[in-house]
Amino acid sequence: MSTTKPWLSIRPRQFPLSFRVDRRVPLVLASLVVIALLSLVFNVSQGEYPVPPLEVVKTILGFSASPDYAFVVNTLRLPRALVALLVGMGLATAGTILQGITRNPLAAPEIIGINSGASLVAVALIVLFPQVAVGWLPIAAFLGGLGAAIAIYLLAWNGGSSPIRLILVGIGLTSLTGAFTSLMITFGNIYNVSQALVWLTGSVYGRSWEHLWPLLPWLGVFLPLTLVLARDLDTLNLGDNLAQGLGSRVEGTRSLLLLCTVALAGASVATAGNVGFVGLMAPHLARQMVGPAHIGLVPVAALTGACIVELADLVGRLAFAPIELPCGVITAVIGTPYFLWLLCRDGRRPAS
Amino acid sequence: MVRSQPLAFSKSPISLTLGLCLGGGLLLACLLGSVLLGAADIAPGTVWQAIFQFDGSTEHLIIRTVRLPRAILAVVVGAALAVAGAITQGLTRNPLAAPDILGINVGAALAMVLAVFLRGSGGSYVGFAFGGAAIAAITVYWLGSMGRSGLTPLKLVIAGAALSYLLSSLTTGILILSQRTLDEIRFWLAGSLAGQDIAAIMPILPYIAVGLVGSLALGRQLTLMGLGEDVAQGLGLNTGWVKVAAAIMVVLLAGSAVALAGPIGFVGLVVPHVVRFAVGVDYRWILPYSMIAGGILLSVADTVARLVIRPQELPVGIMTALVGAPFFIYLARSKIKR
Repeated sequence: MSTTKPWLSIRPRQFPLSFRVDRRVPLVLASLVVIALLSLVFNVSQGEYPVPPLEVVKTILGFSASPDYAFVVNTLRLPRALVALLVGMGLATAGTILQGITRNPLAAPEIIGINSGASLVAVALIVLFPQVAVGWLPIAAFLGGLGAAIAIYLLAWNGGSSPIRLILVGIGLTSLTGAFTSLMITFGNIYNVSQALVWLTGSVYGRSWEHLWPLLPWLGVFLPLTLVLARDLDTLNLGDNLAQGLGSRVEGTRSLLLLCTVALAGASVATAGNVGFVGLMAPHLARQMVGPAHIGLVPVAALTGACIVELADLVGRLAFAPIELPCGVITAVIGTPYFLWLLCRDGRRPAS
Repeated sequence: MVRSQPLAFSKSPISLTLGLCLGGGLLLACLLGSVLLGAADIAPGTVWQAIFQFDGSTEHLIIRTVRLPRAILAVVVGAALAVAGAITQGLTRNPLAAPDILGINVGAALAMVLAVFLRGSGGSYVGFAFGGAAIAAITVYWLGSMGRSGLTPLKLVIAGAALSYLLSSLTTGILILSQRTLDEIRFWLAGSLAGQDIAAIMPILPYIAVGLVGSLALGRQLTLMGLGEDVAQGLGLNTGWVKVAAAIMVVLLAGSAVALAGPIGFVGLVVPHVVRFAVGVDYRWILPYSMIAGGILLSVADTVARLVIRPQELPVGIMTALVGAPFFIYLARSKIKR
C-alpha cells in the first residue's frame, strides 16, 4: 500500500462538513464490521441446539422455512448477541472518551468507579423496587454513574489532576460502592437478589428484546454526539492551556464529554452488568490500528469493543459447555494482563 | 518532639508501655462485650459459669460453642490482619499498602476455592491459603517493580488492585462452574466470622502465633528499613534477609486470617495508620499496638455487625469496607502528591 499521504480528507460538496481521517480508517472499519458480523452469526449458530451459520443468516433476514430455527434464533439468541455488540460499543466508546479527557492511558469507566456506581444504583432498584420496569434501569444506572463521576471529580481532580490519584480514588470508591452493593444483596428478598446477582457478574445471559430496546436510544444519541465532539477531544488532548488557546471552551466541552461517558457506560452497565476492561482495552487496540485522531479512533474503538464482548461471550458459552461463564469473567482474564502490561510499560511512549 | 532524630521517641517508653496495657484491658473488655451481646443478651455471671462451671444448659452451650469461639476468632484475625498490614506498609514504605489491597488475601482465597473445587471439602486448606498468599505476594512485587522506574508505591498498589480483580474473576469463574464448591464456600467467601467451630480454629492458631511473635521480633529491622534501604544497609542491616523474613510473616498472617475468616478487607490498611498517629514511627511499638488495635477493631466491628439489625447480622467484611474505603480515599488524597 502506498502511503503517500497519511490522511484522507473528506469534504462532501452537498454538506457543510469537512474532516480528515487516518488513511487506514476505512479499511480497518470495514474489516471490523466484517469480524463483528461473523462473530455475531457464529455466536448465534452455536449452542445446545446448533443452527448452521447459513441458516442463521437466512433466518435473520426472514427467509427461513423452519419455525424452530426462527424461535431459537430470533427469540433466544439474536437479542443476546446484539446486546453483546451494543454493550461492547458503549463501554469502548466511554473508555475512549475518558482516556481522551483525562489524558490517562489507564483510565476506563470500570477502573475509576463509574461502572460500580451505576451497578450500585441499579442493584438498589432491582432489590428495593422490584416492581419497576426494566426500562428504568438504564436511567437509574446513568444517575448512579453520574454520582460516581461527580464524586471522583470532586475527590481527585481538584487542585491539579494527577492521573494516578484519579485511579487510586477510583479504587477506593469501587470498594465503597461494592460494599453497599453487597449490603443490598445480603438483605434483599432472595428472588430479587438472585436476579441482581445474575446481572451483576457482567453477563449477557438471558438478555432479550426487552433489554435491547431501552439500550438502543442511549447509544443512538450519545455515539453520534461523541463523533461530533471528536475534534474537541483531540484539542483537549493537547492540554488545557493549549486547548484554550486554540479556542476550545475547555470546561464546557469536557463536561459534555463526561456526560457522554457516563451515559454510555451507565446504559451498558444497566443492560449487561459490569463487563470489565472493555473500556480499557478497546481504545488502546484501536489506537494501535488507526492512530490517535479521535474522529477515526472513536468508531474503530467502538467496533473493537463490540468484537471483544461478542467473542468473550462466545468463548464463555463454549469453553465449559454446557455451563456458561459470564463474559465479564473472560474479559477480566484477558484484560487484567493487558492492564498490567500498560502499567509496567511505564510511559515509555506518550499517553496517546 | 525532636525532629532531627527520626528514631527519637515522641513519647516515653513508660507511657507507651502503659498505653499498651490499657489497650490490652480494652481488648479484654471488647472480648467480653462480644460474648455478652448478640441475638440473646447474656449476663456476665453466666459467662463465668459457662467457662468454669459448665452445666450443659442452653445458655452455657451458646457461650461455649458459638459466642466464645467467635469472639476469640475476631480478636485473632483482627490482630493478624493488622500486623500483616503494618509489616507490608513498613517494608514497602507505602502508606496505601496492605495485604488485601495488594491482592494477597484474594490470592489466598482463590487457592482455597481451587482446593475445594479440586479435592472436595474435608481436611485442612490452610496450606493452600499460604501457597496462594505467597504466589500473589511474589507476583504483585514482581509486577510492581517491572518497568523503568522500578518499584514505586503507586504502581504496587495499582498492580495489586488489578491482580485482585483478575483473581476474584477467576474465583467467580470457578464458583459458577461448580455449584458444589459454591455451596460449600460462599458463606466463608463473604468474609464472615460466624459459624466457626472451635475445632476448626485450633489447628490454625499456631501459625498465627508464629507469625505474630516473628513479626514482633522484626520491629527493630523494620524501623531501620523505614529510613530507606540504602541507609539501612549502611547501618549494617542485611536488608535482603529482612525482606524475606518479613514477607514470610505477612504470608503466614494473611494466609491464616483468610483461611479462618475469608477475605476481610481494610483492617490491615487502617489500623497501622491510626497506631502510627498515636505512637510515632518506631515499629517496635507499632507492631504490638497494631496487634491489639486490630483485635479491638475487628471485635467491635463484629459485635456492631451483629447488633445493628438483630436477629439478622451483617457480614463483618462489609462493615470494615464501609469504614475502610473512605479512609483509603482520604489517604490517596492526602499522601499521594504527584
